[in-house]
Amino acid sequence: MIYEPSTIAVVAFLAFVGGTMGLSFYLAGRAKSSAGYFAAHGQIPWFINGVAFAGDYLSAASFLGICGMIAFYGYDGFLYSIGFLAGWIVALFVVAEPLKRMGKYTFADALDSTFQSRGIQCVVGISTLIVSIFYLIPQMVGAGVLIQPLLGLPHWVGVVLVGAAVVAIVVSAGMVSTTYVQFLKGSLLVLFSLILVIMILAKGLNVEEGGMDGYKFQTIGPITEAELKSAESESHTLPGVSGTILPADGEWAEKPYVRVEQPDGGQKIFSIKKDSEDASKVFLVEGQTVTSTPDGQLLVNGLPKGSEKGEPELHPVGYISRLPDDETSTGALGPVSFFQKFHGSEVILWGKTTVAEENGDVTTIYYQKPTSGSEVLMPGNHPKFAGIRGDKFVEKLNFISLMLALFCGTASLPHILIRYYTVKDGESARKSTIVGIGAIGFFYILTLYLGLGAMVSGAMDVTDSNMAAPLLAKSMNVWLFAIISAIAFTTVLGTVSGLILASAGAVTRDLLMNVGQVDLNDSQQVRVAKITSVVVGVIAIVLGILFEGLNVGYLVGWAFSIAASANLPSLVMLLFWNKTTKEGVIAAVSVGMVSSLGWILLSGDTFDAVYKIPGHLGYVPFSQPGIVTIPLGFLTLVGVSLLTQPKASETPEPNPA
Amino acid sequence: MQARNSRIGLILFWIYLIFYVIFVLLNAFRPETMRATPIEGINLAVLYGFALILSAFLLAILYGLLCRSEPQKEEEGQG
Repeated sequence: MIYEPSTIAVVAFLAFVGGTMGLSFYLAGRAKSSAGYFAAHGQIPWFINGVAFAGDYLSAASFLGICGMIAFYGYDGFLYSIGFLAGWIVALFVVAEPLKRMGKYTFADALDSTFQSRGIQCVVGISTLIVSIFYLIPQMVGAGVLIQPLLGLPHWVGVVLVGAAVVAIVVSAGMVSTTYVQFLKGSLLVLFSLILVIMILAKGLNVEEGGMDGYKFQTIGPITEAELKSAESESHTLPGVSGTILPADGEWAEKPYVRVEQPDGGQKIFSIKKDSEDASKVFLVEGQTVTSTPDGQLLVNGLPKGSEKGEPELHPVGYISRLPDDETSTGALGPVSFFQKFHGSEVILWGKTTVAEENGDVTTIYYQKPTSGSEVLMPGNHPKFAGIRGDKFVEKLNFISLMLALFCGTASLPHILIRYYTVKDGESARKSTIVGIGAIGFFYILTLYLGLGAMVSGAMDVTDSNMAAPLLAKSMNVWLFAIISAIAFTTVLGTVSGLILASAGAVTRDLLMNVGQVDLNDSQQVRVAKITSVVVGVIAIVLGILFEGLNVGYLVGWAFSIAASANLPSLVMLLFWNKTTKEGVIAAVSVGMVSSLGWILLSGDTFDAVYKIPGHLGYVPFSQPGIVTIPLGFLTLVGVSLLTQPKASETPEPNPA
Repeated sequence: MQARNSRIGLILFWIYLIFYVIFVLLNAFRPETMRATPIEGINLAVLYGFALILSAFLLAILYGLLCRSEPQKEEEGQG
């Protein structure tokens, strides 16, 4: 789709982002010493810290990824909401307080206060870096996605903007400002999502024939299959169809699509759907195509893609084709009646498939997929979740594995852990987390309404699910759109700065000072942390550009899997098993990190989405590593610890958990 | 005190874990049960999902109420 910037939106957006940045700079003076830089003097009030947890956690993945996945595939996106929130239970009930009591600044320091081992600091520092970078990728991809509809700029510009802004924040300020920025952003994100949901409910559900650009997709028929065959091979015309029907030759033979050449040189595509009442007849239902030619041209429905409004572009989609009791409009709905009406409706979702021709043209066909509301509200619509409706045990295991990784991942994320240290005691950490869970849980309940609202908003871009939430807001009100985009953008800024800070801590303290035995004074530490921030920022920018187009929710799943596999076994066993040895921890972190990373890199999903080898099944039985690599981490820790027990007289002090 | 807080945390954790595991296993092996509409025409998938989110928050509050604040002079090493 073509995105034209709106002056109001751009001004409101820049004002908001500028205000946030200004706040960061204003607060910068408070963080001069290294203790201040890393953990804000342990002085952040618990309520502020709790909402900042939400600001950290509700990243691009939640707002853009989950809403987008729900908008395109229904309930499956909500499974991510459930899993992401459930992870907080592990964080609060199992690790929050013991960790707060023993830790200093990073997860590695917490382990270090028990073992004083350079080996541990080395592996944990590396795992913090890897997880941070994997978590950074979706944030940067999300940043590009936000910039596109707002400013009409290409994806990479958004990525560079976020990268530069974050490095500026982190280098100039540090943790105090990011906590207050995260607080501001977390509360605004929840508030404006609520406003958006209220608007969705007030608007109710309405039957439409096309998206919000007013284009009505044609449905032709029923016609007999014989009529269709003769139109394709002989007459090249059909009643009701303008243009010339092309023969189904080459790669198009035996495909359920009919191509019609238009008088203006464009091309319409129709998918062939069987008539449910008469098996010998079919309907032709209009779809859309994007073709990339070998000489680098991009064709939309057969015409070169335009760059300004009115020129050829994909039509926005997403609407209800039928409401229960043949209503055309429900009027305002409540939170319960919204689901009741949705349940009995029919929604036009869009599927996609690719046809590669011999001349090098690659055409992506987007076709209509009428789906009942009751199906939309069921798990298993997303291709990656479809396995749970089948009989294959391995595909069910893939789903369980993802849900396990989401459950275990939260407590293992480096940038969440750091926030435990920014309040003064265990009770404050506990209260913070409760506030955090409340805000995050409420937001996740809203995601289901937001996603379903986006699904039927008529504003969806078939090529990118990540854009669903901003486009939904744009379809409602341009001010709202600007503010929501600005909040989401600062969400990304905040999350990225938290991650970069965690990486800087890992490099400065764990790898350089402790492992490398480099002696740094206070100001040198801060300087090294800032240099690291710049380097990690640049890496994140490059990866964010490379990974454009990948679903951000899916990318976050990777980070969660690696974090849970590498960190969780050591974290939990350190707190609850006094036979844990340093060798056990080193082995468990290494094995968890390498096995989960390796599994992901060798999985079919990665071959398909990253290496661009569609159809390659990869070298592991299913794509999500968690169910294998998390237990593997625990087993390694227990096994190695038992083999390396010190003699009775040397038993280390058990941890007072 | 800390041992008590830890114990409460673990008990609540197991309660939630069981609730979550049932949800995951139902989705994986009996997805059709999620189609049922037990209350107000809303299906079990949506109800269970909301219940999981809500119960996480309620358990967190319960935990906050049951836990005792550590006195300033903590008795280390009870656990």
